Amino acid sequence: MPDGLFIRVDIAESVQGDPELVQRLIEVCPVDIFDRAEGGVATVAENLDECTLCDLCIQAAGDDRVRVVKLYAE
Amino acid sequence: MRFFEFEAKQLLARRGVPLPESRIARTAEEAADAQRELGGDVVLKSQVLSGGRMKAGGVRFAGSADEARGAAEAILALPINGQHPQGVLVERKGEIAQEYYAAVTWDGRAKRPVIVFSDMGGIDIEEVAEAHPDHLSRTHLSTLRPLSDYQAKLAVARTGVTGGDLNRLARIVLQLARAFREHDLTLAEINPIGKLADGSILALDAHMEMEAEARGAHRALLAELGIPEHDTRQARPPTPFEVAGAEVDAQDTRGVAGNVTEFSGSLGLVIGAGGGSLTLFDAVRSAGGDPANYCEVGGNPSVRKTAALTRLIVSKPGVEKIAVMMNVVSNTRVDIMARGVIKGVIEAGFDPADKIAIFRIPGSWEEEGFAILRRYGVEYVDRSVSMHEAARRAVAKLAGLDGG
Amino acid sequence: MSILIDHESTFIIQGITGREAVTMTRELLDYGAKLLGGVTPGRRGREVHGVPVEDTVRAFTERTRVDGSIVVVPPAFAADAVHEAVEAGVRLIVVVTERIPRRQVAEFVEHAEQTGARIIGPNCLGIISPGKSRMGGIGGSADATHRAFHPGSVGVMSRSGGMTVEIANALSQAGLGISTACSIGGDAIIGSTYAELMPLFEADAETQAIAIYSEPGGRAEAELAEYMEAASSRLPVVAFMAGRFMDAMPGMRFGHAGTIVEGREDTTAEKIDRMQRAGIAVAERIEHIPALLRERMGAR
Repeated sequence: MPDGLFIRVDIAESVQGDPELVQRLIEVCPVDIFDRAEGGVATVAENLDECTLCDLCIQAAGDDRVRVVKLYAE
Repeated sequence: MRFFEFEAKQLLARRGVPLPESRIARTAEEAADAQRELGGDVVLKSQVLSGGRMKAGGVRFAGSADEARGAAEAILALPINGQHPQGVLVERKGEIAQEYYAAVTWDGRAKRPVIVFSDMGGIDIEEVAEAHPDHLSRTHLSTLRPLSDYQAKLAVARTGVTGGDLNRLARIVLQLARAFREHDLTLAEINPIGKLADGSILALDAHMEMEAEARGAHRALLAELGIPEHDTRQARPPTPFEVAGAEVDAQDTRGVAGNVTEFSGSLGLVIGAGGGSLTLFDAVRSAGGDPANYCEVGGNPSVRKTAALTRLIVSKPGVEKIAVMMNVVSNTRVDIMARGVIKGVIEAGFDPADKIAIFRIPGSWEEEGFAILRRYGVEYVDRSVSMHEAARRAVAKLAGLDGG
Repeated sequence: MSILIDHESTFIIQGITGREAVTMTRELLDYGAKLLGGVTPGRRGREVHGVPVEDTVRAFTERTRVDGSIVVVPPAFAADAVHEAVEAGVRLIVVVTERIPRRQVAEFVEHAEQTGARIIGPNCLGIISPGKSRMGGIGGSADATHRAFHPGSVGVMSRSGGMTVEIANALSQAGLGISTACSIGGDAIIGSTYAELMPLFEADAETQAIAIYSEPGGRAEAELAEYMEAASSRLPVVAFMAGRFMDAMPGMRFGHAGTIVEGREDTTAEKIDRMQRAGIAVAERIEHIPALLRERMGAR
C-alpha cells in the first residue's frame, strides 16, 4: 500500500547559489513549502502535501530547476 | 449565547431597571440565609438555561428559612430538560396587581430590531398575541438612527397604557432596548414586568441571549459577570469527541473541518459543507444508515486539518467505515480533500481502500482527485451519482460487512 | 435575459488581494465576466491577474460604470466595505464574507434600502447567469462552472452556497439548465430573500420555473408561501428540504447561523406543510427536482 504522501518537490543544486531565487521561492509559495536552510533553500516536509499545484515556484525558477512531482501519478 | 436569569438581571440592574431584592444561592443553606436576610415571603427559582421552569417544578415559594432550605434542596436536585441548575435565585415576593411583557429581538423579515410589548404579560404571552392583538404592540427600530425615548413610549402607549405607568414602563423598555443594542443581544426579554400592590413596577424575570459571533467584542462584560470563555452554554455539555473536533477546526484558519456532533452509529461521516451536511445526514438516515457523527467540512480546509478530522472520526470506537461525501464543490478542491482523508485514514493505521466506503465529492480539480483515489483503490463516484444514491451505497456496503 | 447580471454587467471585487479573492479573480476572468478590478486600501497601482487595484471604490465609479461589487474582506472590515460601495452608488453588492455580526448586517441592509441598492448575502457563494457572467466563487474554476451550470430556464435560489451548485448541477444534467442561480446566504438577516427575488424572476422571460433549497429555521419559506398565494405567480416552484433529522432535536445548533430550531414553526415538517399549502412542491431528494419541475412546467 502507498504511504499517504502525495507531493515531492525537487530543487536543483544550481538554485542554492542564487540567493535572489531562494528568496522568491520562499515568498511565492502560498503554503510555505520552501524555507531557508544552510545558506540555501530546503523543502518543509510537513507542508509538502499542502501543495496546491499553483506552479508559482516553477514560474519563478523554471521547470529545470524546481520540479513538483505527483507521487500518485499513474 | 444564553444568560442565566441572575446574569440577565445583573445587566438590567446596572442600567437602573427596578428589580426585586434578591440573592443567588449555590446551596440549600445559602438559600435559607438568603430568606433570613430578605425576610418574609420569597420565591426560589432554578437557574437553568432551559425554559419551562414553572411547569417542571423549578419555581417554589417559602415563608421561612426552613421552607427556603427545603425548596432549594428540591430545586437543586431537579434537572430541567437534562440541565442541572447552576444555583437558586432567591427573591423577595410581592403581591402582583398586573403583569406586563416586554422584549426586544430581531425581526428577520423586516431586517430590524423590534420591541414587543403587552399589558397582558405572563406565561401565556403567545396566546395573547393571537387572541388579543390590540394588547400587544410591535415597534420596529432603525439600526441607523439613534434609539430615542419616544420609541419605547410608543411601544407601551400602543397597548393603551397611560398615566404614571406609561412613563415608568417606557423607562424599563428603553433600557431593555439599550441593552439589546449595546451588548449585541439577539433576545432581551422581561416577562413579566410586575406592578405591585403599592404601585411600584419591577422586572420579575429576564431572559437574554448574546450573538455567539459577538462574544469576542464583549469579553470585559462577560468577565465581569464571571462567565468563562470556554463556557459554551449549549443544551448539553460537549462530549470529549466533540471537543476534539473543535480543536481540529481551531488548529488553523483555512476552511472549516469541525462542528462535530457525536452519535452512536457505525458509519463515520466526513461530510460538507453546511447545507450539504444536512442533506447527507438525512440521506444516510433515509437509507437506513446509522451515523457515528455529524460534521461540517468546507471552505477548502488544509490537508492537515482534513486528515486530523478524518483520523478522529475513523478512530472513534464503533466506527466500521467512513463515508466521504459533499455537494458539488466550488472553492473546496476535490484533490485536496482526497489527500486529506487518505492521509487521515493511513495515520490512524487503516487501509483507505477498506475504510472509505465511498468518496463522493465532485467539482473543482476532480480529475486530479480521482487519480489519487484510484491510486489508493478507494471507491469513488462522480456527479452523475446523487448525494442520496452515494449515501445508499455507503450504507449498503456497511450492511454487507455486518452480514458477512 | 436572466436576473441581476448578464454579459454586460461590470463589477469590482472589494478585498481583491486576499488569498480567496485572488483565486476568484482568476476564475471570473476565465469565465468571461467583466471584472474591472478591485479595491484593497493601500495597494493602489498593483495588479491581480492583470486587473488594477485601487484604494477606494470611488476610484472606479468616478471614471467608469460599476454595476456591482463583490465583498470578500474579513468580517471585521466587511460592513465598512458594503457602506463604501452603497455610498459610491453601486447598485448590486454581493457579500461573500461570513460571520459578520447581525447588527452590522442590518445596518448596511438599511443603508442599501435608503439608496435602492440590492444586497445579496452575506455568507453567500454569489450569483451566476450561466454563459453570461458570474459574481462570486460560485462554481469554482471556469471549467467546473461550465460543467455544473448549463444555460436554461430554471431560476435557482438557495440559503446554502454548496447546495446552489448541487441543485444547478442536477438541473444541468437533466437538460433543463439555469437562467440565474443565486446563493442568497445562510444568515438570520440577509439582503435579499426568496420572496424578494421572486418578482425579478417573474419579470424574466427566460425563467420558466424556480427551484429552491430549504432548511430548518427562519421565516424565509413562510414568506415565500405568502408571496406565492398573494401574487398568483406564473412560475412553478419546487423546494428541496434538508435537515429533516433535526425535527427530533430541538435546540441543537447545526450548519448556518440561521439554523437554530427555536420552535415548532421552524421545523421541516411545518415548513413543508406551509409550502405545500401555497402550491410549492417539495422534493425529498435533489434528483427528484427536475421531474417535479417538468410536470409543472408542462401543466402551464
